[in-house]
Amino acid sequence: MTHFWRNRKFLSIAAQLISVFTVAIVVFILWDNLTYNLELLGIGFGFDFLQSQASFDIGETLIPYKPTDSYYSALLVGLLNSLRVSIIGIILATIVGAVVGIARLSTNWLVRNLALVYVEVLRNTPLLLQLFFWYFAVFISLPKLENQISFFGLINLNNKGTQLPFGLEISSELSALILGLTLYAGAFIAEIIRGGIQSVARGQWEAARALGLKPGLIMRLVILPQALRVIIPPLTSQYLNIAKNSSLAIAVGYPDIYFVASTTFNQTGKAVEVMLLIMITYLTISLTISLTMNTLNRSFQLKER
Amino acid sequence: MNQNEIIKWLRKNLFDTWYNSILTIVCVFLLVWGAKSIFTWILFIAQWKVIAVNLQLFLVGRYPEQMYWRLWVSIFIILGLTSVTIGSLVKKIPNRWLPLAWAISFSVILWLIGGGLGLQAADSNLWNGLLLTLVMAVTSIVISFPLGVLLALGRQSKLFVVRNFCILYIEIVRGLPLIGILFIAQVMLPLVLPDDITLDRVLRGIAGLTLFSAAYLAENVRGGLQSIPRGQFEAGKAIGLNSIYIMLLIILPQALRAVIPALVGQFIGLFKDTSLLSIVGLLELTGISRSILAQPEFLNRYAEVYLFVGLLYWVFCYSMSLVSQRLEKV
Repeated sequence: MTHFWRNRKFLSIAAQLISVFTVAIVVFILWDNLTYNLELLGIGFGFDFLQSQASFDIGETLIPYKPTDSYYSALLVGLLNSLRVSIIGIILATIVGAVVGIARLSTNWLVRNLALVYVEVLRNTPLLLQLFFWYFAVFISLPKLENQISFFGLINLNNKGTQLPFGLEISSELSALILGLTLYAGAFIAEIIRGGIQSVARGQWEAARALGLKPGLIMRLVILPQALRVIIPPLTSQYLNIAKNSSLAIAVGYPDIYFVASTTFNQTGKAVEVMLLIMITYLTISLTISLTMNTLNRSFQLKER
Repeated sequence: MNQNEIIKWLRKNLFDTWYNSILTIVCVFLLVWGAKSIFTWILFIAQWKVIAVNLQLFLVGRYPEQMYWRLWVSIFIILGLTSVTIGSLVKKIPNRWLPLAWAISFSVILWLIGGGLGLQAADSNLWNGLLLTLVMAVTSIVISFPLGVLLALGRQSKLFVVRNFCILYIEIVRGLPLIGILFIAQVMLPLVLPDDITLDRVLRGIAGLTLFSAAYLAENVRGGLQSIPRGQFEAGKAIGLNSIYIMLLIILPQALRAVIPALVGQFIGLFKDTSLLSIVGLLELTGISRSILAQPEFLNRYAEVYLFVGLLYWVFCYSMSLVSQRLEKV
């Protein structure tokens, strides 16, 4: 019989108990301080404030909203705005990333190096700075409506925002945010797609050519299915980054969930509740993207016996 | 290269097929047009006075001028150590004193910048601009490194409770945007700490960045740990080491060496992410440029300021990414 301090089972249980205790004590101390400090500030805990009147206006809404509505509706408006930016950003960044990623592998020296410059410039500067640049230096510095910049009358740019065909109007804030997110994430996605295509062995190209497949078909039937296996996992984390980075909307004044939540905090002082709301929202969004992409990933993985 | 070779090169790289020729012509056209408008803007339209007048603010903010010598000394220490390190990396002579020298000079530099212990103190509100960006990025990565290693080890642990605490922490932090974590650090930290402990804005910022990057570091380190074959562990056992020694002497040194490029990549990310502190009111490089843009005489100089600041960030990040590419090859 070994001594109990040499017993593996005992040691493992003891270590786990100690860690539970430490965490519990730390949480208890923090919680104690929190309740004390909140009492000092005269702020109680509770989500009742969600029902009271928000009394601030929101510039852009997807659902009807007026300042007399509750905080709850305001936050819902913010959430929908966040989702809008994330979804559009993910779609556009994928397109930009695919184009630039393939351009990085072009046989054309000029195209290849222009793509490289794009990637290295965008990847190595902060997204926030790029957003400031697009918003302040580009979109709100555009000429007035009378002298707007027009691309064949299809796309019009002026200091009120962007007008697309079919009467689609995008505000300066949303234009800057989507452009910034797309170009930034596009640079990272381009490198992922380039790496994925390069990971497919040369022999696969040659074998496909030997079968007499056309270049387009080689890409679609042979290269892409294999490249996607390498591409999807890092692509997932880029999609997660786009969703998380959409919270930088606050920098250009686009009312996403974080922006609305921090306004709510400034008005009510409900730090804990607002923090929990932000956490739950983003964790749910992140989890949804992860689950979707994991399902997609599973369908592309090599099926072994 | 004679004329024939140039033509051959052009044929091969720019005009090998009809669609490549079209692409080349379109690109050349765009490039010439773009270069022309950019140069016209830089030389004739842009007003660079805003940069020239505020250069000190951009670099060190309101750091007291009579204390600049401390920054110079710090720069010399860093340059000296860097050249020694590069030398030992290139010659592949491992120097066991280098990590220690870096650790000591890190604290010496922090002491020089902040003062105290016999030196006149410089309030952290006065460290702004690039200085603050560098201090915050370096300090956060240094503090988050041990935390990240511990979290990575915890996540690999056989102990159910420890493993799940670590997974919970890592996954929650990685699911949140950094700006949310900085909000928590700025607003919640003062609320959950006792009254008599007050953290200034800079410390709260560093705390937020550290909590954030520890979770990502843990995932990188975990990748390194998983790359070590089981045989290493078994070999350690066979020579009679206990699990702690096996970890410290055999597994971790190999695992950490394997993840050095990923760590440099993470540092680049963190360096860029310090810009988010401008949203919670810190005057680091991005924050100070916003306050410079609020000066009445430079109200509309957005493009000049943001491009200049972008260039500063770019120089640092790009040179670090070159280093990381070199390290991957070593």
